Amino acid sequence: MKRRTLLGGTVAAALLGLASAALAQQPIKIGMSMAQTGGLAGGGKASLLGIEVWRDDVNARGGLLGRKVELVVYDDKSSASETPAIYSKLLDVDKVDILFAPYATVPTAPLMPLVKQRGMLLIGNFSFQVNSKVGHDMWFNNAPWGPADSWASSFLDLGQKAGGKTIALLAADQEFAQNLAKTAREVATKLGMQVVFDQAYPPSTVEFSGILRALKAAKPDIVYVASYPPDSAGILRAVNEIGIGDNVKLFGGGMVGLQFGTVMENLGSLLNGVVNYNTWLPEPAMYHEGTKAFFETYTKRAVEAKVDPLGYYLAPYGYASGQMIEQAIKAVGSLDQKALAKYLRENTHKTIVGSITFSADGEWKESGVVQAQFRGIKDKNIEQFRSPGKQVILFPAKLKSGDLITPFEAARK
Amino acid sequence: MFSFELLLDAVVIGVLLGCFYAAVSLGLSIAFGLLDVPHVAHPAFLVLAAYAVYFLNEYYGVDPLLAGLMITPLFFLFGLVAYRLYYETFEKRGSDAGVRGIAFFFGIAFIIEVLIILQFGVDQRSVTADYVGKAWRLGDMRIPFRLVVAFVVAVGLTVLLTLYLSRTFMGRAIRAVAQDQEALRLMGANPIRIKQWAFGIATAVLGIAGALLIIVAPVEPTLDRAYIGRTFCVVVMAGLGSMSGTLVAAIILGVAETVVLTLFGASWAPAISFAMLLGVLAVRPQGLFGRRS
Repeated sequence: MKRRTLLGGTVAAALLGLASAALAQQPIKIGMSMAQTGGLAGGGKASLLGIEVWRDDVNARGGLLGRKVELVVYDDKSSASETPAIYSKLLDVDKVDILFAPYATVPTAPLMPLVKQRGMLLIGNFSFQVNSKVGHDMWFNNAPWGPADSWASSFLDLGQKAGGKTIALLAADQEFAQNLAKTAREVATKLGMQVVFDQAYPPSTVEFSGILRALKAAKPDIVYVASYPPDSAGILRAVNEIGIGDNVKLFGGGMVGLQFGTVMENLGSLLNGVVNYNTWLPEPAMYHEGTKAFFETYTKRAVEAKVDPLGYYLAPYGYASGQMIEQAIKAVGSLDQKALAKYLRENTHKTIVGSITFSADGEWKESGVVQAQFRGIKDKNIEQFRSPGKQVILFPAKLKSGDLITPFEAARK
Repeated sequence: MFSFELLLDAVVIGVLLGCFYAAVSLGLSIAFGLLDVPHVAHPAFLVLAAYAVYFLNEYYGVDPLLAGLMITPLFFLFGLVAYRLYYETFEKRGSDAGVRGIAFFFGIAFIIEVLIILQFGVDQRSVTADYVGKAWRLGDMRIPFRLVVAFVVAVGLTVLLTLYLSRTFMGRAIRAVAQDQEALRLMGANPIRIKQWAFGIATAVLGIAGALLIIVAPVEPTLDRAYIGRTFCVVVMAGLGSMSGTLVAAIILGVAETVVLTLFGASWAPAISFAMLLGVLAVRPQGLFGRRS
């Protein structure tokens, strides 16, 4: 009997050993949905490629906790109605260890109650203010927006310094653009500026000549535009065709799309003079440890994958999300969600987009958004955007690489 | 902030925009208006044509309008095949063909979307030509050239199709098949072959319309969804199957959209166009130019 127990114990121990070895070899699964089709797909694909480059790098370094890292990714078709079901599946069927949020505000917003209820950590991906009402304390939005009003105030500050007193607001009738417009209104009031034109256009608008004609008639000094990729191109074309008036000192601000390689290539010289937000640019102050190497790998892989060949806007942030979770897991030594969240909240993280610290609401403590002016852009040449000086940084002061050329019509020449 | 100048500007831009809407709806006016085919893939075909034009312009430097003309015969053949497929698998089988036909064409639209994404990626594309990005000055008014191109092409297409449907044998046969398929069969003609031919024409028109689509604004693979509502709205408002009616209805829609957009606020524009459609259907169920059946 004794012998049998001993034998049983040995077998059990051996099995247990095998089981834990098998567990150690099981990959760490990071689950997410990402827009691969639909309006957000251009950004989603670039973002995912950035995360994939990190996954390959971390696996080449031997993985995390001795385990390989695996990504479980589903296409959310850029739709908010898809994501809750996808994330339930990621948690209950795929049993992923870590969650990354999909690209953009709209698909992320409906996830927040779910992840909060399940007590999961969520690394955000360029959402804007999705946690302000939910208050999830394990949300870490990897987007350089910072405090809600910093975006509009950086742009309007530039306008005021250029002598602007009146402002026109043109925003897409969508959550993200409307959030921007709302903060712009508040900041304008704070700065004592008069809003002389304030319009929301529906997302299906084809032709912008009419709207811009009305905007021009209001004779604003500053034009703040919060638009989505298809509209951004339509608006700039119409500006070029019908003009915007000599009194406009500053034009742009929140135009999504002007950060994407193919859009910039298509618009070419129409971009000149526009001052717009950005998250990463090839200006000297924006390089950190690993940034150059990342873009070398990304550029090669983007061509094969038919993804944005520049990838400045989202891809490095995808990689940085990976770097943050890598640092957290290494420091904590486990996948415990609460411990990881505590680490992420209390520390500064060194990434290829710079040092990141989170505030209590899970947003970046300091804004990392830059406002840059397009200069000397020629038509049909994507390679020109790789050199510094094509998008001169005007804000923030620590990254500044030039001064604003104003008025807008003069800057366009 | 009303000014007469702004209103005039809005009306002019609206007429031009309306002509563009007409150009992209004419094909549907034949397919849905005359043939009763629930062609919800019409805008997807349109986007496909726009990408074909983009390909010829980007890689071979062909002028977008010429490229549109060049792909017209291919689209004609594509239309013949698509209709035959639809007929064999759905229409032939009976009374619920309409509903199932919608599913069929939705399926085709999704396939086209995915094929475009696989081939060209998800980014938006545009073309270069001398008339893209420039404007024509008329006093204080500036009119984008691309819209003038759309205007000329749309009017030309409408005239051509109206003449074709009223003056040629095949054109009259198409209108006959729309009125009474059985009667045509009794005359010894094959209505299916005539419908197939008509569907080919409806698809061929999209070659040029696709060129206009990418001239007027950049395209991306899922752009078709934005045009389903607009094109059906134009065709139904016009009265099913009337070419000149399509042009007029599209102009009314374009002017209404632009005037509202310029003078009353952009968010109202789509609501106004569909409210107009409802209004027309309430007062004249057969559409503005449709015959009472």
